[in-house]
Amino acid sequence: MSVKKLGLRQRYEHMTRGLDWETSYQPMDKVFPYDQFEGIKIKDWSAWEDPFRLTMDSYWKFQAEKERKLYAVLDSFAQNNGQTNISDARYINAVKLFLTGISPEEYQAHRGFAFAGRHLRGAGTRVAAQMQSIDELRHLQTQVHTISHYNKFFDGLGEFPHMHDRVWYLSVPKSFFDDARSAGPFEFMIAIGFAFEYLLTNLLFVPFMSGAAYNGDMSTVTFGFSAQSDESRHMTLGIEVIKFLLEQHPDNLPIVQKWVDKWFWRGHRLLGLVAMMMDYMLPKKVMSWKEAWDIYFVEAGGSLFQDLGRYGLKMPKYADIATEEAEHISHQNWAVFYQYTHAAAFHTWMPDAEHLDWLSAKYPNTFDKYYRPRWEMWAKMEKEGKRFYNGALPQLCQCCQIPMAYTEPGDPTTICFRSSKYKDDTYHFCSDGCKDIFDAEPEKFSQAWLPVHQIFQGNCGGPTVPDVLNWYHLNNGVDNMDYVGSPDEKIWNEWHAENTRKAV
Amino acid sequence: MAQTASITLMQSDDARPIIEAIIADNPGVRILNMPGVVKLDCDDSITVKRASVEERLGRSWEPQEIQLVLVSMAGNLDEDDDHFTLSWRH
Amino acid sequence: MTVQIKTVDITPKRNTFGHIARRLGGDKPASRYQEATLDIQATANFHYKPLWEPQFWVYDTRKTAVVMEDWYKPLDPRQYYYATYNIARANMNQAVERNFTFVEERGLLNKISETARAALARGLLPLRHLHWGGNMNMAEICQRGYGTAITAPAIFSAGDQLGMAQIISRIGLVLDQQTGDSLDAAKQTWLTDPAWQETRKLIEDSFVERDWFQLFVAQTLGVNGVLLGFAYQNAEPAWVDAALPVALLTEFLCDWRAEEARWSDHVIKTVAAESEANKTLISQWANLWIGRATAAAKSLSIALLNDNGAAAEAAGAAVLKKATSLGLAV
Repeated sequence: MSVKKLGLRQRYEHMTRGLDWETSYQPMDKVFPYDQFEGIKIKDWSAWEDPFRLTMDSYWKFQAEKERKLYAVLDSFAQNNGQTNISDARYINAVKLFLTGISPEEYQAHRGFAFAGRHLRGAGTRVAAQMQSIDELRHLQTQVHTISHYNKFFDGLGEFPHMHDRVWYLSVPKSFFDDARSAGPFEFMIAIGFAFEYLLTNLLFVPFMSGAAYNGDMSTVTFGFSAQSDESRHMTLGIEVIKFLLEQHPDNLPIVQKWVDKWFWRGHRLLGLVAMMMDYMLPKKVMSWKEAWDIYFVEAGGSLFQDLGRYGLKMPKYADIATEEAEHISHQNWAVFYQYTHAAAFHTWMPDAEHLDWLSAKYPNTFDKYYRPRWEMWAKMEKEGKRFYNGALPQLCQCCQIPMAYTEPGDPTTICFRSSKYKDDTYHFCSDGCKDIFDAEPEKFSQAWLPVHQIFQGNCGGPTVPDVLNWYHLNNGVDNMDYVGSPDEKIWNEWHAENTRKAV
Repeated sequence: MAQTASITLMQSDDARPIIEAIIADNPGVRILNMPGVVKLDCDDSITVKRASVEERLGRSWEPQEIQLVLVSMAGNLDEDDDHFTLSWRH
Repeated sequence: MTVQIKTVDITPKRNTFGHIARRLGGDKPASRYQEATLDIQATANFHYKPLWEPQFWVYDTRKTAVVMEDWYKPLDPRQYYYATYNIARANMNQAVERNFTFVEERGLLNKISETARAALARGLLPLRHLHWGGNMNMAEICQRGYGTAITAPAIFSAGDQLGMAQIISRIGLVLDQQTGDSLDAAKQTWLTDPAWQETRKLIEDSFVERDWFQLFVAQTLGVNGVLLGFAYQNAEPAWVDAALPVALLTEFLCDWRAEEARWSDHVIKTVAAESEANKTLISQWANLWIGRATAAAKSLSIALLNDNGAAAEAAGAAVLKKATSLGLAV
């Protein structure tokens, strides 16, 4: 008797999708009520490819090993007071933005992939989404554990969940993920699985984490790269999703293209915060945002869309505008936070001479012409005791929720304003990209909880800035304002002044 | 335009044999060193061969283990018992 | 001249995050479980109503009829966060690997009687589908539930259910010498064998339950409590001469049931203790799903053990007794 043994692939199929069955006591459409309304047509779920073929036993084994290593680093970092060995305490402000703005989104991704992992009809897809769900929980939890140690010494970290639901600039990432979470399961997979994880997440995790390493933050770089090792599975899921949808039915192409356009632009706007972290908040720099954009979007994204071209999918709309903006966005964002530093839970500063020269070298087309003069003027005003604060609340873009501070394509000296009418109201946007997104789903985007509107409507603790800061749980005079003169600076200087021998 | 297939690995003792195997097995590989990580790029396709890693590691090694040190990648993944390959070929 | 060496003062400014300190009643050192869990889910100022369920926010306490003043009361006694969960499972799984090696090297499942082989094919292997159903339900509780205290352990549990479905599948592959034929047959049994149909109907009905806490009760007391209790404890005599290797290969599942119940029982007890209204609702749900699960297990009990359903009734009675100890009126 000859027995035909299973290959790896068939074995894995038995272990996952072989578990699924067509329900008969309840209709399949009731068991999976959400995977039809978006108009995506799936003829054959079994055509789904599982490139990683990870069973739970291997998952537990690999992940446990990663976690043992990671927590050993975290423990030794804390025991050795590793926070005293970072390049400069200014660096911690990037960590603050990370914990308040990014970690809660890891959590949102966790719950969102649980939704996709339950409600997509294909078993292979569900298993991959569930593994990503549990990975994303890992990322949130390891980030909280890593940054917990910094919270013991530095300000602005202690109220991250409370702030995330309230603070004006944190509504940028929050609304991004609320948008994805309130979309259907296929759009969620394209938004987070493809556009965010595949196309854009490298920009956050590779150069920024490399920057953390360079700035002596061994704990953040360890969770960052350890998280990234899950990310490669997530990227594989993201690219499989888009290929699968495009292969299943030609009618899916226009829907997927619309989502790719939307989520590319949403992601580009969101990552402007990371651009600022890289160009302005890392005391020691690895590469500029523009360089990272060229490697990870222009080159890697170019290869990807060349590949996806065989399905008829095109480069995202406004990709050219985004690439043009890569030479401006970090500077324009830093300018916003500098002038609203009294309302932000991290510190700002004007770059020193060496930093200015680095920016000039990295941005030869734009920095000296448009931004250096402004920075030099603000530095001069600081010296004269006239530090510039913007006392007016900014108008926000209805879509990305960033203050309207971006400039016209081709004209970096004119602020870009767009608007649309919907049900007798006028809505305002920072760009054509954001306006298009609103115009495609006005009912959704007109609901946005816009922080400045909410302040004016009296929903944020009171009419004055201190009232609002109090409502944010933002410790006025401690968490906010310039780095120079902050308690963070004070503790840093104490560590570095007192450990030298003093002759009496 | 040639499409870039890419693997980014941690700069660590565990990753070193894999990095060396990639450099040996992929002629023309371009290496970008960054703090903590190394990015390895090739035109069209880049591969990690199980046998090459095992030779350097001195023990058996499954391509799935690359996940412990993998930071990023670009290309379509093809993984089986003997190799871990990213490519833009079809 | 004297040389004075002054040490650096690195006393922490604070011990933990503000939201944790408020829960602990002061700024005290907090555990990793606490920092990874408490108040993590967003609660306010959401931007858009879901396209797929516009009557609720994505995170909304109204998705279940039970009411909690604070959904961070039902904590996990195991204090699992991702790292401790995975390390615990990786350790349990080392025993699984050893046991499979032991059974396969000695050919313990090759030598069993035809009676045992038939019983395993009919009674054990279809359980992989029941675990898969459990996986779907726990993923649903994670996505639909409220508060990280419950939803984080729920996704761990979903992973566990998938892992257990895969362990049962591996037993099938040992039995059929890695052809997969036994698994195809088990699926047919699951779909068509009359002994399994009440179980399959129960799990399919649970898939459409919209109240996530009722689903939690159905899955943990009904499916995990009664049906898996029957399968991994009370049904043992059905495996006759295969009982020992089966006990080895299902060790993970028995250990898991005991461990999971420590969490899920504590959740039910805490939520029921919140109010009379909660207690009444949960008691009704427990009665319904324990009753259905016992009836479903009876068909299996009769088919496998020819015992007039006695083993299933014992499994059901044990869960009813436990439900009483959790404060339910059942």
